[in-house]
Amino acid sequence: MAQGVKVEDLSVIFGSRKQREAAIEMLDDYKPDEIREKTGATVAVKRINLEIEENELFVIVGLSGSGKSSLIRTLNLLNRPATGDVKVGGRSLMDMTKKELRYFRRNDVAMVFQHFGLLSHRTVLGNVEYPLEVQGIEDKERRQRSMEAIELVGLDGWEHHMPNQLSGGMRQRVGLARALTNDPELLLMDEPYSALDPLIRREMQNELLKLEDTMDRTIVFITHDMNEAFRMGDRIALMKDAEIVQLGKPEEFFANPANQYVKDFIADVDKTRILKVRNIMSKLKSVAKLGDDRKETLDFLKENEMDFIYVTDEKRIFLGFLKIEDLQKSKAQKIDNLVHKDETKIYRNLYLQDAWEKLNESTYNLPVVDGKGRLRGVLDYDIVVDALAK
Amino acid sequence: MFKLMNFILEFPERFTYDIAKPIDAMVDWIDKVFREALDVFVIVFTFIINRVQDVLFFIPWWGYVILLFFATMKLYKVSTAIVLSSLLLLIGVFGFWDATIRTFAIIVVSVLICFIIGLPIGISMAKSRRVEMVLKPILDGMQTLPSFVYLIPALMLFNTFGRVPAVFATTIYALPPLIRLTYLGITNVDEQVVEAGTSFGSTPMQMLFKIEIPQAMSTIAAGVNQTTMMAVAMVVIAAMIGTPGVGRDVLRAVETLQVGDGFAAGFAIVFLAIILDRLLQGLAAKLDTTAQEGEE
Repeated sequence: MAQGVKVEDLSVIFGSRKQREAAIEMLDDYKPDEIREKTGATVAVKRINLEIEENELFVIVGLSGSGKSSLIRTLNLLNRPATGDVKVGGRSLMDMTKKELRYFRRNDVAMVFQHFGLLSHRTVLGNVEYPLEVQGIEDKERRQRSMEAIELVGLDGWEHHMPNQLSGGMRQRVGLARALTNDPELLLMDEPYSALDPLIRREMQNELLKLEDTMDRTIVFITHDMNEAFRMGDRIALMKDAEIVQLGKPEEFFANPANQYVKDFIADVDKTRILKVRNIMSKLKSVAKLGDDRKETLDFLKENEMDFIYVTDEKRIFLGFLKIEDLQKSKAQKIDNLVHKDETKIYRNLYLQDAWEKLNESTYNLPVVDGKGRLRGVLDYDIVVDALAK
Repeated sequence: MFKLMNFILEFPERFTYDIAKPIDAMVDWIDKVFREALDVFVIVFTFIINRVQDVLFFIPWWGYVILLFFATMKLYKVSTAIVLSSLLLLIGVFGFWDATIRTFAIIVVSVLICFIIGLPIGISMAKSRRVEMVLKPILDGMQTLPSFVYLIPALMLFNTFGRVPAVFATTIYALPPLIRLTYLGITNVDEQVVEAGTSFGSTPMQMLFKIEIPQAMSTIAAGVNQTTMMAVAMVVIAAMIGTPGVGRDVLRAVETLQVGDGFAAGFAIVFLAIILDRLLQGLAAKLDTTAQEGEE
């Protein structure tokens, strides 16, 4: 099960202990520049609050020096916050003992680095095995799980090569495979594709989206490239001078840019090619499950003034929908036989350009599914028109 | 007035202090208190040196040539292998084979001890600011002190001539570069690699043995190389306290003014140094996994 992340009043300050203490005092009244001038300490992150949901692909974007890297590195405590706390799955990282922190890093979180951070003295396989090796997992299982991860990123056949024999893109695949072996609930990616050339970068982005689509995992992704941010992110936080300037879904940036800085930042982004179904779909407030009681479902619909409701099975695979008329007419105990099997659904990673046609053919709002057919949300015709009109 | 002039021009005698005396006293004190321990030390190390020497003498001369040839071929190319093997053969041709093996035995033991002592010291220096601050000036001092100076206390401490004081003096003299380069190697490991190790929950020991030492291996090998070169230099000087080997041949030639013999023995040492240097440098280069091998 993936886990949400909660960042509370988080600051990261670099400098000697004295400088940091002085900087904390000044934090609320001065800008980072002024604090650096007066104390010598660098305020990289300043009192940030944010919440990242389970299974979300959350992108933090900003120019270099905006504090985005410092922020992501607190999520596995590579940076220790000067103020505030980080909670992953409800557990406070600052309260952890050394042992608990080690356990957390071994099992629940993994990181992909901008310059890969590969162990150059080990083969691809040796690198991918490392997270399992430090846990003391025995050879056979270790090998098997590592090979699965290597196949997942498409590096099978290369497992016995050394990192210095690989191209940049392949090296970052090794980095990703290594981060996936311990099956982390939280995956941190610190500018993973910035060091790659544009063609490879696009390819890697698509691969990551494909991977992300089929797994339950919260991903925090750092980039300085707005196009990349919009292409990848469910939600995006734009950082400047140690603070978040704007946080929201991609289309919200276009709809209501918080200030001139945001406007400039998104000026040369082509939104029809970047906005995806997932970016502007609405979350479903409620879903009926196969085997639910007919009467209860009916009451629920009436109570919430709904005409119909989507139906999934236990694994959230989308099946169809229920109409309120049918529920009223029927005398069945369960809802199972009343479900309208409906094949019109839309894949959430489609770009809006391509989704438009399908949306035009349908009279209803469209259910949105992921690569495994699980129901993820609903696409509202009006919202699409709104998003494209702006 | 005259007195004052004198004070300015010459260093005033009443400010001099004889530092030789307390040092002598300390050596005497060590000699008295640790006599038995030192005697045991001498016995143990004589034994170790003898065994190493036995092993080295057990390998026939052509064994060394073949070993060297294949090792060099693996590290470099055939032409280098031919040159180095020929140099080794020349040592035999000049008639210094046995003496060179004796010298080599002392070098091997000294470098091994340096490695055993130097590696943990270098690591602790990289890990602790305090150790670093204390050791850095000491290492500087050790490296600038004239090498002869180590011979006298070595002699007195072990109360014997020959190989054990030579190993002792050589070890102390040759130790600094190994410590320094181990320290350098560990502190220079790519920060992101160390962070990757941390982010996957390595314990400090796992970090050291699975990441830092392997990553620093090339630099450490360069340290072993430098230490070995210094050991070669010291072992020759150690002939002055009766250490057997090529150094003694050089010393004898100098004492009897035999120019030819002196150069012949000198060449043997030079060849040995070249061979060891090439081998260890090649090893260091092989261990450097961070180098690129053909990009994208």
